Amino acid sequence: MSNTKISIESLYKIFGKNPQSVLPLVQDGMSKQDLLEQHGHVLGLKDINIDIPDRSITVIMGLSGSGKSTLIRHINRLIEPTAGRMIVDGDDVLAMTKKELIQFRRYKSSMVFQKFGLHVHRTVAGNVAYGLTMQGMPLKKAKAQSHKWLERVGLAGFEGHFPSQLSGGMQQRVGLARALATDAEILLMDEAFSALDPLIRTDMQDVLLDLQTELHKTIVFITHDLDEALRIGDKIAVLRDGAVIQQGDPQDIIMQPADDYIFDFVKDINRGRVLKVKTIMDVGVSVDGPDIPADMVLEEALQIAASSGTRAGNVVNRENQIVGSINLDQIVAGLARPADVSTKEGMYR
Amino acid sequence: MDFWTGKIPAWALQFPDMGRTELRDFKKAIDAGFRTFSRAFGEDIENFFHPLLQFLVWFEKLLLATPWPIIILVVAGLAWLGARSVGIVVGAILSFLAIGYFGMWKDTMSTLAIISVATIVCISLGIPLGIWMAKSDRVQAIVTPILDVMQTIPAFVYLIPVVMLLGIGKVPGLISVCIYAMPPIVRLTSLGIRLVDKEALEAADAFGASYRQRLFGVQIPLALPNIFAGVNQTIMMALAMVVIASMIGVAGLGVPVLRAISNQYLALGMMNGLAIVALAIIFDRVSQSYGKRLQRHRQGINHE
Repeated sequence: MSNTKISIESLYKIFGKNPQSVLPLVQDGMSKQDLLEQHGHVLGLKDINIDIPDRSITVIMGLSGSGKSTLIRHINRLIEPTAGRMIVDGDDVLAMTKKELIQFRRYKSSMVFQKFGLHVHRTVAGNVAYGLTMQGMPLKKAKAQSHKWLERVGLAGFEGHFPSQLSGGMQQRVGLARALATDAEILLMDEAFSALDPLIRTDMQDVLLDLQTELHKTIVFITHDLDEALRIGDKIAVLRDGAVIQQGDPQDIIMQPADDYIFDFVKDINRGRVLKVKTIMDVGVSVDGPDIPADMVLEEALQIAASSGTRAGNVVNRENQIVGSINLDQIVAGLARPADVSTKEGMYR
Repeated sequence: MDFWTGKIPAWALQFPDMGRTELRDFKKAIDAGFRTFSRAFGEDIENFFHPLLQFLVWFEKLLLATPWPIIILVVAGLAWLGARSVGIVVGAILSFLAIGYFGMWKDTMSTLAIISVATIVCISLGIPLGIWMAKSDRVQAIVTPILDVMQTIPAFVYLIPVVMLLGIGKVPGLISVCIYAMPPIVRLTSLGIRLVDKEALEAADAFGASYRQRLFGVQIPLALPNIFAGVNQTIMMALAMVVIASMIGVAGLGVPVLRAISNQYLALGMMNGLAIVALAIIFDRVSQSYGKRLQRHRQGINHE
């Protein structure tokens, strides 16, 4: 697959008066609860190891309090770590000097915030131009350039408005345009769409996916919403109580949840719209029947298979080579919600 | 008081105070100490404040020498720049005409001079202090009680050391006004900066803003409405000190008020008092509506 862009290595974050003093305890495996009760420190992140691939969307998912917002703020070091390394293109962000860090933030990474984080005293154009002015571009030129990005997010003509005059969805488009305008390779999105209505959220996801097919940024996306994670993520890492409990291909997480916690998460999703044909096909076997693209979701494959005479089809990859086959029974079985995790213990790690 | 006698030990009935002689010596020692300090450094301190005195004198002379129609034009122009309201401009012009008509022009100019200089001093010291206070919790912990003292200690009490050090005159008057008028600008600057939206600041950090870019590009602009409320309060409090300052030799509207108090001149007191009120209202309305205009981006008006 693609190369690793960001490599998070044994990252720890402990909140409290003297985090270093309790770090060894945490490294020896002391639980969050014990740490709080016995030492008055809060465990934020515990031994995080994630490789974030280049030019794709990595989703970090977790409920509130799982540490996901803390984690993303370590990538551009808005929060100082207690221990660990954050390697971006071979450099450790956590070891940078103040000057290096400012350069890193100006040119290498940009960020979109949950509550938008717009500057209410600047116009829309002024907000989008902000990152460019930080890079040293004169405001006038930066504003002219920001026009292009406003057009891309569908806000052309709103340059002179103030953020307070826009709806939430529009404000977040401004936030997205501001982040894209600096041309940074890394885009950090902290629950970027969580504050929006469901319809507008889907809308924004489309905008993002659309832009991504063209821009190929390395996107780290934080969310608490599994559907959103599955929809946009090329890779998903699930966080709980400050630790990663499973990471990998979204399809694997649905098919093989690492524990009850993740199983509870995935059991209620609409599998037909998320699972792909390639995940449940018979590899290598070919049959009589129509071609079905490997990346098609089951819901759509179901219709093709049902309408074919043999009730089955060949699975083809992007180059139209047959890579396997699938039949109607397999698809229906794939759509069914799995039974309780305990009955299938053998399947899981 | 024999109410408790015999029922309670004697030491609880009489507070164990210092004793009259010791207390007198103690106070004397403080007084002597301060007098020595004042003799040793009074001149240096006076020299330190000399440029300020020169500026104040120059500004007062300028106001007094300028023909009255020009002053009224400038006042009207400033009122328009600040408030953009015909009503306020007309009110300001009428107030100044009335002040002149009733023979209070010179005193009003003197008062205007000291208020303006005091406000400039308060702003140029108070805003940086407020910024520092917002940045550091320790500074805040130290400065807050000092501001409390400055605001609540009776003005007459700090007039004593100020006069001992600098004698009577414009500079000690100015210092007294500033002691009283500075706290609001410091407090509101600090408050305004601390209230700036956390995500707006995080956004500045995330895009690589340096400390200065963060301060001048985000924190101060977003805190400006609060800072401006502080400026407004500072001006109001400076005006409130005019009469007290006149007790230690500051010329202005306070002098006739003092004369009116000691001689029971009702009309004189009222007229000069109302002139102070008129100045206060003009300053207040102009600075408030300017502050409101600073917030126009919050109100969802279309600005195309």
